[in-house]
Amino acid sequence: MNGKMLGAAALVAVAALTSPAWAGKKDNSLHFADPQVLENVDPYFNSVRIGVIVGQHIWDTLIYRDPETNEYKGLLATSWKWVDDKTIELELRKGVKFHNGATFNADDVVYTLNFVSKPENKVITQQNVNWIDHAEKLDDYKVRIVTKRPFPAALEYLAGPVIIHPHEYYAKVGPKGMSEKPLGTGPYRLVENAMGKYLRLERNPDYFKDSPKGQPKIEKLEFRFIPDPQTRMAEVLSGGIDLARQLTADQIEQLRAVPSVQVVSGEIMRFVFLQLNSTENTPAAPLRDVRVRKAILHAINREGMVKSIVGEGSRVINVMCFPSQFGCSDEGAPRYPYDPAKAKALLKEAGYPNGFDIDLYGFQDRNQTEAMVAFLGAVGIRANLRWSQYAAVREAMRSGKAPLSHQSWGSFSINDVSASTPVFFKFTPDDVTRDAEVRDLLERGDTSIDPKVRKEAYGKALKRIAEQAYAIPLYTLPALYAANKDLVFKAYRDEIPRVWEMSYK
Amino acid sequence: MLTYTAKRIGLALLVALAVSALAFLALRASGDVAIALAGEGARAEDIENIRKIYGLDRPLVVQYVEWLWNMLRGDFGQSLYFKTDVLSLVLDKLPTTLYLALFSLIFSLAISVPLGVLAAVYPNSWIDRTCLTLAVVGQAMPNFFFALILVMVLAVWFHLLPVSGSETWAHFVMPTIALGYYVAPPFMRLVRAGMIEVLASDYVRTARAKGLSAASIIGKHALRNALVPIVALAAVQLGYLLGGSVVIETIFALDGLGYLAFTSITHLDIPVTQSIVALLSFVYVGLTLAADLANAWLDPRIRVG
Repeated sequence: MNGKMLGAAALVAVAALTSPAWAGKKDNSLHFADPQVLENVDPYFNSVRIGVIVGQHIWDTLIYRDPETNEYKGLLATSWKWVDDKTIELELRKGVKFHNGATFNADDVVYTLNFVSKPENKVITQQNVNWIDHAEKLDDYKVRIVTKRPFPAALEYLAGPVIIHPHEYYAKVGPKGMSEKPLGTGPYRLVENAMGKYLRLERNPDYFKDSPKGQPKIEKLEFRFIPDPQTRMAEVLSGGIDLARQLTADQIEQLRAVPSVQVVSGEIMRFVFLQLNSTENTPAAPLRDVRVRKAILHAINREGMVKSIVGEGSRVINVMCFPSQFGCSDEGAPRYPYDPAKAKALLKEAGYPNGFDIDLYGFQDRNQTEAMVAFLGAVGIRANLRWSQYAAVREAMRSGKAPLSHQSWGSFSINDVSASTPVFFKFTPDDVTRDAEVRDLLERGDTSIDPKVRKEAYGKALKRIAEQAYAIPLYTLPALYAANKDLVFKAYRDEIPRVWEMSYK
Repeated sequence: MLTYTAKRIGLALLVALAVSALAFLALRASGDVAIALAGEGARAEDIENIRKIYGLDRPLVVQYVEWLWNMLRGDFGQSLYFKTDVLSLVLDKLPTTLYLALFSLIFSLAISVPLGVLAAVYPNSWIDRTCLTLAVVGQAMPNFFFALILVMVLAVWFHLLPVSGSETWAHFVMPTIALGYYVAPPFMRLVRAGMIEVLASDYVRTARAKGLSAASIIGKHALRNALVPIVALAAVQLGYLLGGSVVIETIFALDGLGYLAFTSITHLDIPVTQSIVALLSFVYVGLTLAADLANAWLDPRIRVG
């Protein structure tokens, strides 16, 4: 037990005996703590999760995806249809007002989409907007969006990161002004933005009645940025924070003992896998042999890891995508149950009776990486753990320096395979397998408008990836929250806590 | 004195230049800015776009010289992550860190001077031993751990203070204690050693013989002389406090330079990180230079060597 953990355990022991003074329940406010600092509030100019969360509170998107059913509902748009495989037409909602009183109409949609899709405007999250060719106004409440290529996942993006700015205000203040004084149509509006310290919002009293988001109940909402997990935990225990995101599994176990706190863990749209370089230039020659790759799959006890390390809300996966994503199916794909004896036999067959040495790169959830090192070691694969930052690991993988890495992928909460599998298998920089058959199948899935054709193409691609053991799919991840026990709170798969739905008991 | 001063200043400038080059190169070697900037899931063409847009595709030497030249003219560049002017960002956070450093210095002097004097007046007694224990614990305990204990007792247990933030003076209490206690031991040892030496000197014996009160001897005659080296040490420790607040500011989410350094490092925001590293090392070099010159002025023997 290291010093930090000892401190945390002591914190809990003390907190169990005292009752915190909850700030939030008394005045119907919610204090939300997040590890990441959000300095640029404009959702197009940050690439952190809290940016997406704040974005959904201040702004609205054209379409809303129901987090329970994944069904699309009209938000700023009321209806939409594909005119051809590159054109969507949308009818817009009437009577919606921005926080400054401006009326929402087609000009806002056209201006926002045309602004963010131009590369010279330096949007950070390029992948969220660079599929848009342009938008045009048909009348005040009707717009047309044209994509650069057939892009069936467009609706997912319109229901996700693509929020709508007020055109006059945005044209006047730009992304910098929008970050300082954010302004949208959403259920919460700005009170004070102390850049980097906190962001204070209040309920939007004029939020439009037909919104599928519903009417916000909690009056005041404060986002605070606290990078240290022990501090976030202490804030929850002392009652300074009503809801904290991204606590660790061991903190959650300790917090279960505290009566004033509820812990919530739920699966999120993020899956974990081992990426391995099986190309001709791989730094680890054994990985070119499919038997070795299968041996790795048999060597790792995924069920055991889910149960004892990853925690509640996680489940084992068999293919390289998130189970709820459109086109993600493990039907017909081979299974590789935990079987160290078989792993050893496969290694022997491949000509490695005494195993081999390999570098395993990791950057998050170190306890999971270390468990994998142990499982690999048990069958003779001596994995040397190389610990680093996300960007560095990704670069090492892309440049062919790293043979094996422990990765996870969140698909930007896009519930469609086009946002996951192709990233790692379509001859992209992240593709260290380079199988032309897989590439062609994925391309067909990505660009076809017919759902049946897409499903079939993705299914075949996923099956081939699994048969060739091009990667080691492991499990999905849970999100771990700690909250005031009186807060009515639900964790969703898309990692967006919805304060507009929350209330106090 | 003039030659000595010129030499010292020249040396300090060279050190500052070397540090700026090191800061620049080390940070560039630590990761690819374009990848970090693009965020998770950016495609290769997105990253190439960003590389071009931000001029990251030019030779490193060109980027360094440009950065240095701009910095000399007071232009620290634009933050890649925060999208604002680095200088205004740094100036915005500086007061918090300055307050914290100053409060911590005052706090550490407020505990170390009386304890050091007590230890010197009663050398090798239980008082001296207690002071020594306090000093050893302060020096040995990691300050993040001490910070967690403070949080546990003062915030979680007794609800006396807020855990994190920097809005009111109350938010500064725990960080000040955590950081101040950590730098107190060297002061305490220096005061004790200085006082023991001074108390054994002839003029203190004379003062005693004159029948002056103990308080007057310790306060007026001895302590003043024992404090001279403390001033020099304080200058250096202040530099340490400015740079060393990264951990403490991060734990308490105090919105200062250390916290900014932490967030910039995690986001590979190179312009901000290298500006903070450069600025803090300039401050450190400046404080050391000031201490050197002050010492040389006080003690002519130093100038000759």
